[in-house]
Amino acid sequence: MEAISKPVKKKDHDAKMSGRALYVDDHVLDDMLWGRLLHSAKAKARITSILLPQLPEGYYVVDKNDVPGINQVHIVQDDTPVFVEDTVEYVGDPILMVVGPELKQVERILKEIVVVYEELVPVLDMLKSDTVFFKYNYAKGDMEKALQEADRVFIETFQTGYQEQAYLETQGMLAYPHDGRMTVRGSLQCPYYVHGAVAKALGYEEKDVQVIQDVTGGGFGGKEAFPSILACQTAVAAKKANKPVKVIFERREDMEFTSKRHPSICTYKVAVKDGEITGMDIDVLFNSGAYTTLSPVVLQRGLICANGVYRLDNLRVVGRAVKTNTVPCGAYRGFGAPQTFFAVEMMMDHLAKEMGLDSLELKQKYMVKQGDATSTGGKYHFHVPLPEMIEQIDELTNYREKRRQYRNQTGRYRKGIGMSLFFHGCGFTGSGERDIIKAVVRIRKNPDETVEILASNSDIGQGLKTTFSKIVADTLGISLDRVLIENPDTDRVPDSGPTVASRSLMTVGGLLRRAAERLKDEWKAGEEQVIEEHFVEPDFVIPFSITEFKGDAYPTYSWSVNAIEVEVDTLTATTKILGAWGTFDVGVPVDLNIILGQMQGGFLQGIGYASMEEMNCNEQGMIRNNSLSDYIIPTALDVPNLVTKIINNPYTHGPYGAKGAGELPLVGAAPAYVEAMENALGVNLNKAPFTPEDTMRVLQGGLK
Amino acid sequence: MVKFRLNGQEVVSQAQANQRLLDVLRQEFRITGVKCGCKEGECGACSVILDGQLVNSCLVALGSIEGSTVTTIEGYRETERFAALDKAYASVSAVQCGFCIPGMILASECILAKNPNPTEAEIRAGISGNLCRCTGYNAIVQAISIAAEEGKGLW
Repeated sequence: MEAISKPVKKKDHDAKMSGRALYVDDHVLDDMLWGRLLHSAKAKARITSILLPQLPEGYYVVDKNDVPGINQVHIVQDDTPVFVEDTVEYVGDPILMVVGPELKQVERILKEIVVVYEELVPVLDMLKSDTVFFKYNYAKGDMEKALQEADRVFIETFQTGYQEQAYLETQGMLAYPHDGRMTVRGSLQCPYYVHGAVAKALGYEEKDVQVIQDVTGGGFGGKEAFPSILACQTAVAAKKANKPVKVIFERREDMEFTSKRHPSICTYKVAVKDGEITGMDIDVLFNSGAYTTLSPVVLQRGLICANGVYRLDNLRVVGRAVKTNTVPCGAYRGFGAPQTFFAVEMMMDHLAKEMGLDSLELKQKYMVKQGDATSTGGKYHFHVPLPEMIEQIDELTNYREKRRQYRNQTGRYRKGIGMSLFFHGCGFTGSGERDIIKAVVRIRKNPDETVEILASNSDIGQGLKTTFSKIVADTLGISLDRVLIENPDTDRVPDSGPTVASRSLMTVGGLLRRAAERLKDEWKAGEEQVIEEHFVEPDFVIPFSITEFKGDAYPTYSWSVNAIEVEVDTLTATTKILGAWGTFDVGVPVDLNIILGQMQGGFLQGIGYASMEEMNCNEQGMIRNNSLSDYIIPTALDVPNLVTKIINNPYTHGPYGAKGAGELPLVGAAPAYVEAMENALGVNLNKAPFTPEDTMRVLQGGLK
Repeated sequence: MVKFRLNGQEVVSQAQANQRLLDVLRQEFRITGVKCGCKEGECGACSVILDGQLVNSCLVALGSIEGSTVTTIEGYRETERFAALDKAYASVSAVQCGFCIPGMILASECILAKNPNPTEAEIRAGISGNLCRCTGYNAIVQAISIAAEEGKGLW
């Protein structure tokens, strides 16, 4: 273990452990009003009228007419309204907000409001969508020729469902006007995203908006874009009432109306000639929901991963993100990759069976290595540690032997084991970091010889305050307690970009390392010094063109191999997870405990996605599983101790060798789990999550 | 008017008897260590110790606790047992977003109070009413084991 990896007590430990940490709902301001949204009850309708009850003194109704700036939330494209105009596009579309001093009164008023809808026919099925929000395609080699010359062409379709982030703290925001400015604080990942959105909605100059991140009870992507929407609504209400307004989502409201992982349908057409895979023709379909939000970037990442970790001479990938009248989907840890990695890993498993091989054997044959081209004609510039990771997992699990043993089982209890190989591209897709984000960090040395980190990245539980501080302290050779870091406040910190895409530690941490190196050189005892650093793209990167889908989509990749072993009770259709193993390459861990915590937490979210987290709409477009009673996330009893191993594979351009970490562990759990279910049940499976109900369907169809 | 003991002090609530204990603690007594995650007894973020039992305070009506003893993290953090758990949780970095933590710590206390030497399975059962979305539970389970070991004699 490298010195930097040695765990320390986390910077935020004491406040959180003792219950002293204040989350947005813990703040109560004088004269504060409570806000609650009225959401559309219809999936698609024109609003013909809204009948309001008599409002008591001090209560307000806030809607589109109160938006002083532009009634659009700035995300990527700006089609999401702050409050709806005349039509509603999904069950949950925000129509208005009621604010007032007593929450119970606010709720009573909400119940008395009558919205008269002229219902229109919604599109709920992504296969029936008539609106393509985004379409991308890319290819290499000659796919048509590969298909024409193939001995056999295998065609399969794979489906994945919604996944809800289910952060323990629901969405919440508090806005207060003062001195001609607006301050917004709350549970959020990206202070400057919120900042830009609020300025636009209020029609304020950027200097007149302040955004502060409160202690945030989990995000996982769910607090990347959605807080911009809620912040605009809350700020507009605070502006109208000229008082502080706080909005805290109820759990059901949060589960039903906030963004989730995109459901997907992927079709793979694979050409095989002379026992070799000669090409993959891949069609990817993502359900965006009613507005575009982050769909273009989620889709891009999904497409780039569509051929998995496999080297293919001929490849054609087409992807669409389509509109439906359902809740808008957005960012969730993995960001499009879990969907296509599920599909390609299952496809390889099924192909192997057709070829009379075990899936691992086939996968190993096509696995990429350093120097190989990526799907988009970039390059794997650095060591690809998959071979040693596979051996490590095989040693831990006896995988190869068990795969053989578990074929053709009989009896009530049947075991299975599955393995997945995968990567996560580190940082923003393509040239976003260079062309759009242009991250800036500062560190300030105070006369008392403490050093403060000024960056806009938020610690949402992933340990960023600690890892950032370790980088600065170690570089300067000072003790950790002399490095100060507060929750970001846009009045004090520069825009170092959002807390997303597994970029914070690698990219922003790298800027902090450079800033600290400079400060060390220029250190003047007893004086105040401020050092600023700006993002510079590493010179080895092959520039990425989004129009051509060509070049290095990512500077480097984090790698992982997972294995999951299950035991299926064929009488009850329930499945017990006997073991879950993962080995992870995230460069060099800047703190071993923090990285293990990230790997274990992400792995369990992936196991949930694979096995139990099912969410669907009914025929009216309403989310049916809108509570933690109906949408089941794993408890401590649902899994054994997760075995997580870290390998050191230093990334030369990351701080202390670190690269992206946060998202990686979620990406490969679903294919490992579903492959284990196939191994146990002796059938091919094409969907995730694969729940006990799905097992029951297979069992009722009769086991082979 | 309902009288009960809150973190070692006699208190009187003026709230209606049908109010959730969760809301009374957060709003009337400004006890912010009790977190609201779902209001339907699924997540455990609002866990408190009520007469020695771990309960979801969102499912307890104020009127039912007349004369009872309620401990939240605000009271518990003053104890030696908390100090042992604190050290153990810190040593394995078991705290991530922190929202489940006040409830999780009280759950840890209830496990150890009943059984000072719990097995891994017993620990898992004991925290199974407290959801954590961040950690995958490994570190929390490990922290409780460490506290049991290092805090011998405290429980």
